[in-house]
Amino acid sequence: MTLDELQEIAEKEREELKKYTHRVNVSVAAGCLSLHSDQVLKVLCDEVKKQGKETICKVTGVGCMGLCAAGPLVRCEPQHTYYRSVPYDKPEILEAIIENLDGQPVPEFALSPDVPFFAEQQKIVLENCGEIDPERIEDAIAVGGYEALLTCLANRTRDDVVQEIIRSGLRGRGGGGYPTGLKWSMVAKAQGEQKYVICNADEGDPGAFMDRSVLESDPHRVLEGMAIAAYAVGASKGYIYCRAEYPLAVKRLKIAIRQAERMGLLGKNIGESAFGFEVEVRLGAGAFVCGEETALIASVEGKRGVPRPRPPFPAYSGLYKCPTLLNNVETFANIAPIIRKGSDWFASIGTEKCKGTKVFALVGDVNNTGLLEVPMGISLRDLVFKLGGGIPGNKKFKAVQTGGPSGGCIPEQYLDMPVDYASLASVGSIMGSGGMIVMDETACMVDVAKFFMDFTRDESCGKCIPCRVGTTQLYGLLDRISEGQGKMEDLDTLERLGGMVQRTALCGLGQTAPNPVSSTLKYFREEYEKHITEKRCAQGKCPVSNPAAAKTEK
Amino acid sequence: MQAYPESVPLPSADKRWKLVEATMRRHGHKASALIEVLHTVQESFGYLDAVSLRFVASSLRLPLSEVYGVATYYHFFNLKPPGEHTCVICMGTGCYVKGAGNLMKAIEEVAHVTAGETTPDGKVSVVAARCIGSCSLSPAAVFDGEVIPKASPDAVKEQVRRWMGHDA
Repeated sequence: MTLDELQEIAEKEREELKKYTHRVNVSVAAGCLSLHSDQVLKVLCDEVKKQGKETICKVTGVGCMGLCAAGPLVRCEPQHTYYRSVPYDKPEILEAIIENLDGQPVPEFALSPDVPFFAEQQKIVLENCGEIDPERIEDAIAVGGYEALLTCLANRTRDDVVQEIIRSGLRGRGGGGYPTGLKWSMVAKAQGEQKYVICNADEGDPGAFMDRSVLESDPHRVLEGMAIAAYAVGASKGYIYCRAEYPLAVKRLKIAIRQAERMGLLGKNIGESAFGFEVEVRLGAGAFVCGEETALIASVEGKRGVPRPRPPFPAYSGLYKCPTLLNNVETFANIAPIIRKGSDWFASIGTEKCKGTKVFALVGDVNNTGLLEVPMGISLRDLVFKLGGGIPGNKKFKAVQTGGPSGGCIPEQYLDMPVDYASLASVGSIMGSGGMIVMDETACMVDVAKFFMDFTRDESCGKCIPCRVGTTQLYGLLDRISEGQGKMEDLDTLERLGGMVQRTALCGLGQTAPNPVSSTLKYFREEYEKHITEKRCAQGKCPVSNPAAAKTEK
Repeated sequence: MQAYPESVPLPSADKRWKLVEATMRRHGHKASALIEVLHTVQESFGYLDAVSLRFVASSLRLPLSEVYGVATYYHFFNLKPPGEHTCVICMGTGCYVKGAGNLMKAIEEVAHVTAGETTPDGKVSVVAARCIGSCSLSPAAVFDGEVIPKASPDAVKEQVRRWMGHDA
């Protein structure tokens, strides 16, 4: 397919849509689906037919709209009215939604698009999420899908594409924050007949689900980003390494790949050029360390996912010892818009050192749990209180945990800090993949640290001693403190041992594993001390407090 | 490149082996297909037993030790048959903060087994998941593949009791 043909399809699709004066979008991503949005979709479709509105109103199952706390979500166009918590088992409500397409929205379920959660967001990665049917490639094409890829193939040299990404200032969204363009130019320059592009969709950080959402809502955007990358670095084969725990994402990815191949947008001679690119999905099998690039590559090769020392970097010797470009889902999702709108546009968003937007998963003790995309540099306070709607139940904010098990707990005094890679690192946490877990005053920081240490202890692959033994020892110390058996000198040991693991572990997992402990020790030391000297857990979460308290719901 | 030898005979007449064989063929019986093949075995049979590991090892021309190593390294693979029903409790951070621990306690009270175990009557397997990505609807449980958002200890107890009491 050529660029002209693609644009023709896009035009035809848009014309087709114009026939409808109204659209009703129902979110059928995993979150809303678990609240039976598939039923909602079915009933709404039937209702449109029953009311004879099928010529003016189109009902579509779309991807994630972000505000999971209010699922299942439905949005009516052209008014942009959202409906929250739409009950699948109350046909009279669904009937009323269709009846009132033109009139006043059904009051008790309506949600204005002007609430800060929606109004304050700036969407690049998620721009099509909740807008298009993820299982229909024509929908993606209608909103500009694959246009960037075919433009690159027709009009731009490989180096030109790499330079564009370098100029955009895009940095890896998987956690490390390595400049994407630099990575691309390394792989482009590397010697080798065969090169690979791998998409890291092994979203292992508990509390983060943006990659899942993007794959479920707009898989073509990721495929397009990968294909552009493959063209730029000279690769012909790609893999998407996706968690087996995300069956819906895997299903939609496979559908998307098949559709793109059938249209000649993946496979051989893309856009009738000499460039070919094949993509396969590889399933992860539940190993957190496989988010680390060398471990991930081992896993794609069918082996145990164990990291190895770098250098050599995967850019020179990666999959099957060939030059390999490895980026995260969100990074790839940023590529097509950068090519379409230019690096200057992208670089104008965000801060001096961090360009663009970031998708965050806001979860835990916060009212508006869900996914949101905001420019880099927004303050934590805005995220939690303005967009997030604050803490439920009139409780007090205590900490926000970013970066998963590799990140730290950030206390209230840093709430006005801008969210970017450097600021988060300066307070002992990391950006990570963008999980933000808000904790209210009922959280016990010793318990939280112990929870994370239990996680990394279990997920340590066992290859290097600092991580294998260090995490176990750290856990043992925390366990002792939570049981009320700790000594004051244990706190120094925690710090010393944590520092040692940080400095000497082989891979990112081990090097960052002590972060939850060191950050809580730094900001909430008095909580640790209370467990030791007073032998009590003020929040009643640890075994040291009376066992009955631990059983009651918080 | 040597030609690939005759394929290894299927362990039994069970049709599910054909699915496993098909996955291996799709990947050209390459060693790199190991994880994909183990996924197919687990999908078809529910777990990986000695027979299947041996079959996969000889078909992909891999040492059994390596196949066993991979099968035991990854959390997703079970080497024991699962119960009739499976109850997964998400223990991701989001769910933990929202009281997933209480869900687990509730199950342990009713089923008298801990995470990773199956009730002696083979009715219910209890699994602790790392994170199922339903963090915004935490705490989440999964009953036989269906995600239960904002699960309560009572709801979990009731479901497990129902499963266990089938023939009681």
